[in-house]
Amino acid sequence: MAKRISKRQLTALKAIVFIASLLPFSCIIWDAFNELLGADPIQTLHFRTGDWALRFLLTTLAMSPLQRVFNSPLPIRFRRMLGLFTFFYTSLHFAVWLVLDQSLSLDNMLEDVPESPYIILGLLAYSMLCALAVTSTAGIMQRMGKSWFTLHKLVYLIAIMGVVHFFWLTKLDYAEPTVYAMLLAVLLAFRWRIIKVIFMPKEKVS
Amino acid sequence: MLIKKPTDISENEVTPKADFDNSRALISKSRRNFLAQSSSLMLASGLAPSTLWAGNKIENYTKSSYSIKDKPTPYEYVTTYNNFYEFGTAKGDPAVNAHLLKTKPWSVTVEGEVGKPGVYDLEDILKRQQLEERIYRLRCVEAWSMVVPWIGFSLADLIKQMEPTSKAKYVEFTTLHDPEQMPGQKRSTLKWPYVEALRMDEAMNPLSLMATGLYGEEMPNQNGAPLRLVVPWKYGFKSIKSIVKIRLTEHMPKTSWNEVAGREYGFYANVNPDVPHPRWSQSRERVIGASLFAAKRKTDMFNGYGEQVADLYKGMNLKRFF
Repeated sequence: MAKRISKRQLTALKAIVFIASLLPFSCIIWDAFNELLGADPIQTLHFRTGDWALRFLLTTLAMSPLQRVFNSPLPIRFRRMLGLFTFFYTSLHFAVWLVLDQSLSLDNMLEDVPESPYIILGLLAYSMLCALAVTSTAGIMQRMGKSWFTLHKLVYLIAIMGVVHFFWLTKLDYAEPTVYAMLLAVLLAFRWRIIKVIFMPKEKVS
Repeated sequence: MLIKKPTDISENEVTPKADFDNSRALISKSRRNFLAQSSSLMLASGLAPSTLWAGNKIENYTKSSYSIKDKPTPYEYVTTYNNFYEFGTAKGDPAVNAHLLKTKPWSVTVEGEVGKPGVYDLEDILKRQQLEERIYRLRCVEAWSMVVPWIGFSLADLIKQMEPTSKAKYVEFTTLHDPEQMPGQKRSTLKWPYVEALRMDEAMNPLSLMATGLYGEEMPNQNGAPLRLVVPWKYGFKSIKSIVKIRLTEHMPKTSWNEVAGREYGFYANVNPDVPHPRWSQSRERVIGASLFAAKRKTDMFNGYGEQVADLYKGMNLKRFF
């Protein structure tokens, strides 16, 4: 991989990644307007937005390992955009739940949420993700200084919660969530040193 | 990263292979048109979706007064949105894989606490039954429901013909176990074969139906051909499909979902909006075929069949015996 690329090339690459990241969304919208969401459209939308949220989250988490593996700064340039697309698809996932599944009714939510551990976990993870999204601009990053990096370590926890959320809503066939869990395990293994510091703060890791 | 392409299909540009892969999407548009146009191609390819196998009209059935007034769920949804893990765990898998099942000839073993045990040819069993159409609501434990115009006969009549002994307290049903015909059985999701059971008084309730068809046609394979149970006041998993054995027992049989996750799926599995599944609420249900923005339906106690069945559970703690 080329070590240096021009600013124009980077902008072009970013545009390509941006458009590619919108493709799953376009497919979902297309299917919705052409009645191709099947017998249970709400469930289909839940699954498709949820799948893409997890895929983007794992892709985001793959950027820094890629940087290391290829010894190139390029992947990191896409990390914020991919992170924000994770937030975008998670927000769609949340909106499907709020608007279509719950019909925006507080009564419905008060009934459903306490009885569904996976929804509680999902809502918690989403609220953390919101915090990461609103602090994602360069300006806020600068103002927050070191604490920005501490805050954004939450992404590891969010990813674990996302995969557990998938396990908890699954009925018997765990093949799909297991694939996500294994990919996440690989990505987290790259952060072993950081995770060690978080969980064992006394033990200074050089 | 894997990017899925939209599957925009028009009826006249399909190839036989695509028919097979996309049968779900295709059937959901205008099934009959589509089948008429491409059935010869599909038959030639040997890869036709299993919906093609059904379609034999059932003659001579009466309309039952047990039918509800709700509009039946469209045929394409009833036959393409199925929980039938013997053919795969995704909702569309059964419609794609169920053509592997051979339903003719079919025999049913009758054993246990009966006066007339034996292996009976399904044809012979059916000769003695009066078929009727019953439009029932089917409520799945996953919190969705559909309305199905079943054709079948009373389970009580069948049991009487078996001459149960005084020891017969439960009725146990078993699904076919043959991984070649039911490829989902090659994976150990549930413990095969699938087993379900009813208490004798539940089985003798006039609502309990042995179904052999739907929408005026012979049962499509993905819906449990050639013979399945329909117990409308219980969650769908109780209504066992493709039955090969009926055994009357003195003791409560072990049933499949209860065995694999007893905390989540009880033996009774009566539809009950007040007893949540440990991981989700059962108070409302998504109506299959409803518009995207339609509110969920409030789930009725005993799926709306309380008048006929509530007495069966008098004095029982339904939170404990869920």
